Amino acid sequence: MSYANLSIHGHAADGVPPVWSIPAKKMAMWLFIIADSATFAACLFAYLFLRTADAKWPHPFDSITNVAIMTFILVTSSLTMLFGIDAAKSGDKGGAFRWTMITAALGAAFALLHIREWMGMFAKDVTLFHNPWGSPNFGAAFFSVTGLHLLHVSSGVIALVVVALRYQGGRYNSDDIEITGLYWHFVDLVWMFVVPLVYLLNLSH
Amino acid sequence: MESAAEGRSNKTRYLIVYVCILVIATLQFVIAYSGAQGSQLLTEMLALACVEAVLAVLFFMHLWVDSRGLLWFVAVFTIFVILAMQYGWPDCFRLLNGVPGAQ
Repeated sequence: MSYANLSIHGHAADGVPPVWSIPAKKMAMWLFIIADSATFAACLFAYLFLRTADAKWPHPFDSITNVAIMTFILVTSSLTMLFGIDAAKSGDKGGAFRWTMITAALGAAFALLHIREWMGMFAKDVTLFHNPWGSPNFGAAFFSVTGLHLLHVSSGVIALVVVALRYQGGRYNSDDIEITGLYWHFVDLVWMFVVPLVYLLNLSH
Repeated sequence: MESAAEGRSNKTRYLIVYVCILVIATLQFVIAYSGAQGSQLLTEMLALACVEAVLAVLFFMHLWVDSRGLLWFVAVFTIFVILAMQYGWPDCFRLLNGVPGAQ
């Protein structure tokens, strides 16, 4: 995007060029992602801290088929998001709307599978403060990390639907699709750390 | 606006990165079932997750084609914050083994 275009979009109306020629909204999203990655890093660090400090940390995951399907869905949703961004940038409004809604649908499917995963844990009598293995922090650590991620996915699905509808209605442009896509890729990226640290390290062999 | 050729080239690149990420994710599952334990398993998992994350940040989030200034800004701040958190590790081992050197 040229400096002139940035001025038209209102990012540099005062004549000051934006930092690294990046539109202000995109820069704001990057700053949010940096801050949020620190939040997730702190949660995962706390999780690993508790796990390392507890010699009786349970290994409750006997089947990870559900988690494997969830991973496939989330990585695929990143690909469909990219197709949506490309369509928006090439002016294909229908394609951008369709791919963004497909991404939202995949996100919703991921959230439903996540809830199913939680139901499986509830069935094993695991709650925030109680579990059958006598490791008091397991439930709190597990539900905090996965719950924070589920919250991000749910917010992302809502954001994708809202942005797609407003883009279709002409209120938002391709930049807005791209910025929402950045957030969605970040949610995918966090899952790449949650799966090995929370699930794969705790398999019941 | 993107040209049709540019769009096709982008799609090919996205598909290659997508397949790479899926292969690495599959590798993580295979390693988890291979019987590796403890710090070796943790190191392998974290290393593979970092490779996946770098691919996603550079090619899905387009940091590779964005400004180099932004790339350095994101990398330096994120890595610094994550590394700064590592100061707490000795304490979790103290909970298991007691204070190093104590009776």
